[in-house]
Amino acid sequence: MGKKNWLILLGTAVFICSFPMLVMKIKAVSHYVDVMVFAGIFTLVCIGLSLLMGYAGQISLAQAAFFGIGAYTSGILTTKFGIDPWIAMPAGMILCGLVAWMIGVPALRLRGHYLAMATLGFGVIVNIVLAEEVNWTGGPSGMADIPTLRIAGYKITSEIAWYYLVWGIVFCALIFCLHMLHSRVGRALRAIHEEEKAAECMGVPTSRYKVRVFMLGAMLAAIAGSLYAHYVTCINPSSFSLMWSIRFMLMAMVGGMHSLWGALVGTVLMTFVGNEWLGMFAEFEILVYGSILLVVALFLPGGIVSLASMIARRREKRASALEDAGP
Amino acid sequence: MGTDFFQYAISGLTIGAIYAMVAIGYNAIYSVTEIINFAQGEFVMLGGLFAVFFAGTLRLPLYAAFLCAVVLTGCIGLAMDRLIIERARDTSVLSLIIITLALSIILKGGAMLWWGKDPYSLPPFSAGGPIRIAGAVIQPQALWIIGICALIIVGLTLFFRKSIYGQAMLACANNAGAARLAGIPVGHMVLLSFILSALIGAAAGVIITPVSMMEYDRGALLGLKGFGAAALGGLGQFFGALVAGVILGLAESFCAGYLSSGYKDAVALVVLLLALFLKPEGLFGSGEAARLKKY
Amino acid sequence: MIMAASQSNGPILRLECLEKRFGGVAALQGIDYEVPGGVIQGVIGPNGAGKTTLFNCISGMIEPSKGRISFEGYRIEGLAPHKIARFGVSRTFQHVALFKKMTVLENVMLGRHPRTRRGFLAAGFRLPGMRAEEEHIRKKAFEYLDFVRLAHLAGLDAGTLPLGKQKMLEIARALATEPRLILLDEPAGGLNMRETEELGDLIQEIKKLCVTVLLVEHDMNLIMDISDRILVLDFGKVLASGTPAEIKENSAVVEAYLGMESGGILM
Repeated sequence: MGKKNWLILLGTAVFICSFPMLVMKIKAVSHYVDVMVFAGIFTLVCIGLSLLMGYAGQISLAQAAFFGIGAYTSGILTTKFGIDPWIAMPAGMILCGLVAWMIGVPALRLRGHYLAMATLGFGVIVNIVLAEEVNWTGGPSGMADIPTLRIAGYKITSEIAWYYLVWGIVFCALIFCLHMLHSRVGRALRAIHEEEKAAECMGVPTSRYKVRVFMLGAMLAAIAGSLYAHYVTCINPSSFSLMWSIRFMLMAMVGGMHSLWGALVGTVLMTFVGNEWLGMFAEFEILVYGSILLVVALFLPGGIVSLASMIARRREKRASALEDAGP
Repeated sequence: MGTDFFQYAISGLTIGAIYAMVAIGYNAIYSVTEIINFAQGEFVMLGGLFAVFFAGTLRLPLYAAFLCAVVLTGCIGLAMDRLIIERARDTSVLSLIIITLALSIILKGGAMLWWGKDPYSLPPFSAGGPIRIAGAVIQPQALWIIGICALIIVGLTLFFRKSIYGQAMLACANNAGAARLAGIPVGHMVLLSFILSALIGAAAGVIITPVSMMEYDRGALLGLKGFGAAALGGLGQFFGALVAGVILGLAESFCAGYLSSGYKDAVALVVLLLALFLKPEGLFGSGEAARLKKY
Repeated sequence: MIMAASQSNGPILRLECLEKRFGGVAALQGIDYEVPGGVIQGVIGPNGAGKTTLFNCISGMIEPSKGRISFEGYRIEGLAPHKIARFGVSRTFQHVALFKKMTVLENVMLGRHPRTRRGFLAAGFRLPGMRAEEEHIRKKAFEYLDFVRLAHLAGLDAGTLPLGKQKMLEIARALATEPRLILLDEPAGGLNMRETEELGDLIQEIKKLCVTVLLVEHDMNLIMDISDRILVLDFGKVLASGTPAEIKENSAVVEAYLGMESGGILM
């Protein structure tokens, strides 16, 4: 992994570790820890989405559905069958990976809008199933009393404990993805992003890799869903709607797709915007999200991260121009 | 048993007409620009809600409300193209999808602000109770829906065959580069396709509101099912959209009647997924075209 | 730098009744031809003769409407391009298709893809063997860069290179896949005389590695100079084939194409 990424990772880790201690002292913002738990969970959902959009050039509107499948799998297996949450979580992950594979293989052979529409349709179907199968899922009112997680016998109940658990998992996912991107596979993904035909002629199985990225995103979303279910302990279908899929897409876009750090930044930012600063403007929420999405798509498709690198590049150019100008 | 079947068939035909109209709206834009307009469903929603405004709040007679609603939605289609789409026409497929998605959300959000979350209704176009045919009960509005849909289909067919604008649009759909060389202003054709698509969608919205009411968030599901019809029929295939819309409507109606009404929305979506996976070029599209576009 | 030697004794590439129609237009009509291993096979013809379509069919980017393509005895028509690359066919593109935001070295490293194995899980979990494979890829990539004399530019972004060097880089990338057949699509396009000469020398070097070269070119001097055999296409059909000397004498070719192309100057 490049030195730059290690430094950013380290810096982010330091910030994440110290954040609760900074924030818990101040009464007005002490609930930010809770917000950050959600931000971490959502980051897991958006990492895969960012990779899919950035490297495969495709949109998935099913992330909320995979999120929901993970959540309900954990919920159902733990409440109705008494299965250990740490076994239910991988079960949800495998299920989502399988479903993503079944959708991705046909859809990713075709052009961009096919996967968008297929995932849109799939997402709505999942939502309908979650609301209809009352015996399994509790229907529109959802299911409650999902047990919280335990590690080595200790229940994880406090916000701080959840905070470190969730962000620990986020960092594991980030490290996995960073390793992947800085390998032969990552090179192939970057090649697909730039010149797909040439990459294919140099032996890169482009469709297969796109499907793998889609599956990765789905499985990370499933893990996020399981964590979510055990954190909030009661879930209902409205948290896994199309609007949520669009919210996730917005988070990934605002930060900058095809950058892991972009997914992180965008998600944290938009989670705070959604929870805190938009709270009073609830009716405007949809309008605001749509407007931000439009502005970003039109004027800053690379997101915040591209803004940062544009500034950096301009500073480099100015520095080298000054050098060339001579003493 | 027989009357049940006939009943479901009629309601399937009715809703199928709506899906066909939405599908034609998708095809109009897609064939000229290769863009999938995710905001298509919102045109339907706006048509219905605008008609409620004109007929309910402004107390215009129904036919005037119909026309005003359709024209106003057409203006929104115009604005959408001129202000946003034209600016973005050279961006990637990804960005265009996101842009039309964003526009659909903005329209939905705006509708929610203005009309709130409640559903609204329109009075049926003609008074009078339900008609009994062969033991089935048919609302007169259903006949209006099928009739107006047929009218629009005939109108469009004439437009594309006889009018110079229609033929110019078809030329652009076939080969935009050659059309431009032949002097056809492609930008104007794109605008025309957006306006046309908005008009048709709005009309569908107005005629369905008396039957099933209209609210701010109906656009998404209607748009999705309409796209299912468009994909099933073959993107850009006019006749295919009609056939597929009817098939979809019938499938949904029979499922709701004989199997489970809770899952009826899922029927159209499952058909959409099957169409995309098994025959992405649709029933009437050409396989070569769908595959060529792979690279 | 050792290339895998050709397996069979027959022709390395065989085209049988190859046809490709786009709607009503026939880009290729009934092409029958065999390319023996180890030669430099030139392909010439006026614009629209079907040369690029032919390349696209062989490399798998397009599926032929009819006919067969056999590489070392195996049928490859209609296969996905990445599978054909694994079999040992590589190519360059008329409009350079480099990965411009990746470095020169990374472009060639990508070329090693079909000869290496580690996938998503091995990469993500940094399984043992990953580092060794990466080192090996790097080392091989430098060998190919040395071959085209671009090793000193390894760290630069590929997009910043001048056109001549970009073309060389594309050839290095294609060679990194260890092909036994390489398709060069107008590699001399946009090159000056000196660069074209260097290109000609490079192609001869490639032949010495036992890699068969299929060369589409408009530069008559280059083609006549280095080709062992020439295939002339016109309107999607084979107009003539033979040695450069035979082609120069062929009156049909001269009339249809050669005389006009090089302004009547024949060597």
